[in-house]
Amino acid sequence: MSDRIADVSIEGGRVAAVAPRLEARGSAEIDARGLIAAPGFVDLHTHLRDPGLEYKEDIESGTRAAARGGFTTICAMPNTEPAMDTRSVVEYVLREAASRAHVRVLPIGAVSKGRAGCELAELGDLAATGCVAFSDDGAPVRDATLMRRALEYAGGFGLPVIDHCEDPALAQDAVMNESWVSTRLGLRGAPPAGEETAVARDIALAEATGTHVHIAHVSTRGAIEAIRRAKERGVRVTAEVTPHHLVLTDEAVAFGVDAGHELIFDTNAKVNPPLRSQDDVDACVAGLADGTIDCIATDHAPHAEVEKLCEFDDAAFGISGLETAFGLCMRNVHAGRLPLARLIEALTTGPVGALRLDRHVPGIGTIAVGAHADIVLLDPDAEWVVEPARFASKGKNTPLAGVTLRGAVAATIAGGRIVHRSEVPVG
Amino acid sequence: MTIGPLEPRTLADTPPLAVPATGESSWSRRHLLDLDDFSADELDLVLRTADTMKEVLSREVPRVPALRGKTVVTLFYENSTRTRASFELAGKVLGADVINVSASGSSVTKGESLIDTVQTLQAIGADVLVMRHHRSGAPYLAARHAHCSVVNAGDGLHAHPTQALLDLLTIRNAVGDVRGKRIVIVGDVLHSRVARSNIWSLTALGAEVVVSAPPTLVPKDLGRTAEGNLPPVRIEIDLDRAIEGADVVMALRMQHERMQGAFVPGTREYSKLYQVNAERMARARPAALVLHPGPMNEGVEISHEVAHGLQSRVEEQVTNGVAIRMAVLWLITRTGGRPPQPASTAGGSL
Repeated sequence: MSDRIADVSIEGGRVAAVAPRLEARGSAEIDARGLIAAPGFVDLHTHLRDPGLEYKEDIESGTRAAARGGFTTICAMPNTEPAMDTRSVVEYVLREAASRAHVRVLPIGAVSKGRAGCELAELGDLAATGCVAFSDDGAPVRDATLMRRALEYAGGFGLPVIDHCEDPALAQDAVMNESWVSTRLGLRGAPPAGEETAVARDIALAEATGTHVHIAHVSTRGAIEAIRRAKERGVRVTAEVTPHHLVLTDEAVAFGVDAGHELIFDTNAKVNPPLRSQDDVDACVAGLADGTIDCIATDHAPHAEVEKLCEFDDAAFGISGLETAFGLCMRNVHAGRLPLARLIEALTTGPVGALRLDRHVPGIGTIAVGAHADIVLLDPDAEWVVEPARFASKGKNTPLAGVTLRGAVAATIAGGRIVHRSEVPVG
Repeated sequence: MTIGPLEPRTLADTPPLAVPATGESSWSRRHLLDLDDFSADELDLVLRTADTMKEVLSREVPRVPALRGKTVVTLFYENSTRTRASFELAGKVLGADVINVSASGSSVTKGESLIDTVQTLQAIGADVLVMRHHRSGAPYLAARHAHCSVVNAGDGLHAHPTQALLDLLTIRNAVGDVRGKRIVIVGDVLHSRVARSNIWSLTALGAEVVVSAPPTLVPKDLGRTAEGNLPPVRIEIDLDRAIEGADVVMALRMQHERMQGAFVPGTREYSKLYQVNAERMARARPAALVLHPGPMNEGVEISHEVAHGLQSRVEEQVTNGVAIRMAVLWLITRTGGRPPQPASTAGGSL
């Protein structure tokens, strides 16, 4: 990626020209002086909840939230009701998206029928319908043999399997990370080893089958080290990390984000994989910086208010993350832990490369002439306070309510259309 | 039907309640959720108030009108005999109206949510909500959404502050100042809210706390994390070593389902390695105390002989429980329902 000052002209939804100075030919013009123009962000891990769970989110609200977060492409996870395990459900998603979505939606098909982890879904038909990967996300593929068959079978269509890595026995009944914080709160903790043994299994199976496995939301130092070693050996493994695992620790569960020492048992910080220790956060940032982790993915998991306004053990897992992703990740840039260029890469060419999405959408993740005009305008220094009530997402579940972030999405252009413009004048 | 004779004496005949002045340590709490942020002064104030309450309990007519007109609701989502009875009696001795509510189920999945229940009880007129819940943190949720005071009577694996306070009262009555005293907590600390609260209060007062348990029942990072994250305790897996020179030995209930959960191989080996018995007590200081929060599995975590022996304070713990809960209800209702105020200098009588 090369950095320079330039004008971009868009015609017919595509990039027409990029040059130091272009004449505006009477059409709409955005003055983006002082802002960074980057390719529109790509999220490999979005829960749109549609069909079936529209009270949490739907394709319209979820993609509007994506636009506000700077995302012009999102990959829809299949844990809907019914699951996206057949052509008809995927076609529904694509049809709804064509008429109501604000940004591009690429479907991810289920690995197993009903995501039950027993029989393979019709992966061939799902691939033919437009699925870009397969995943039983929300649940791990428990059975190692099913995972092996899924990798072998999916490999035949050239598509990766995305796994939520968690050993169910080690994570049994866990609601947060296992650490001094879980001891303090009397909550059951999931040991990092539960993620690490699952990652190790998937790496071994990827190596054995030669098929690409993509590790969803890595969160522990041990998992990242295993991925690093596997990549060095040439295993076809890629990985993503969420904005929250790049910044927040398990202390947010006890005390909240940027807060004091009063216990609050914040259900909005309950997420799976759980927020981990500072050492794990440091490893996530270092792993992203050195390329071990390919990209950032939000794991946007919207829930209704009642699903979080309850006892901690009973609360749903997940953070509504699309609209805070950039601002939260920018904490690492402002702290000097991550170069801005690498952050943008991890939100654009990173995810595109991880799932090779350019096979499905040529030019995606770039501002090249002829590519779809998916562009985001960023103000890396704008400060704003997170107000969930103003989210476009139906999910107001974020531990960041009231927290100040530095770094904002000023405008989002998807396919040449302005799908988001910051209400706050920038500049 | 006959109606029994009325109480021959009236409240007006009872001597006043001589409570300690709160001015010196500025009690400003509306809720009692845990002891993790209690200062030594606050703990001392609760104990001194409890001493006054013990005097009331020793009277021929143990009644004072200190909480007359106040309503205490006990809301228990989990079974309890001693804690509930103890709170109920504490409220009644102080002249409060006490309503007992049993509840079950959790929010979302079935029926009314916890917040709705709390707000309903508040609308009925509860001034204090004494709450036991099987979910850690539930009283914190209630306190955030209530105008009334919330007292935690045990939440999940998290905290049981009034049990820790009554343990503290029992220990202090026997050994005086706990500073520098060695207190050994034995058994299933992982699943014990009693142990968690005790560790906070005892270490805040400068006691040397030793935890002895199989490694599978020691909570993650306890005794190994940075100062301030968790209270400073020493872990000693070998009970025979841990008990050496102990001033107090606190045995915890070992639940049978833990055996099935493969935390330990079984009752036989567990009691061999971790039972508080006479032979082991011989290694402690002479006259060392034995405490147990109850209910006891005699023959498992504690021998019958020790449970009922001279060193046992198990019965006194129960008696002290009423005094401690009276003290807590009294202190809480002075600030309850109102924003924290500068402490009044008036202690005195009522």
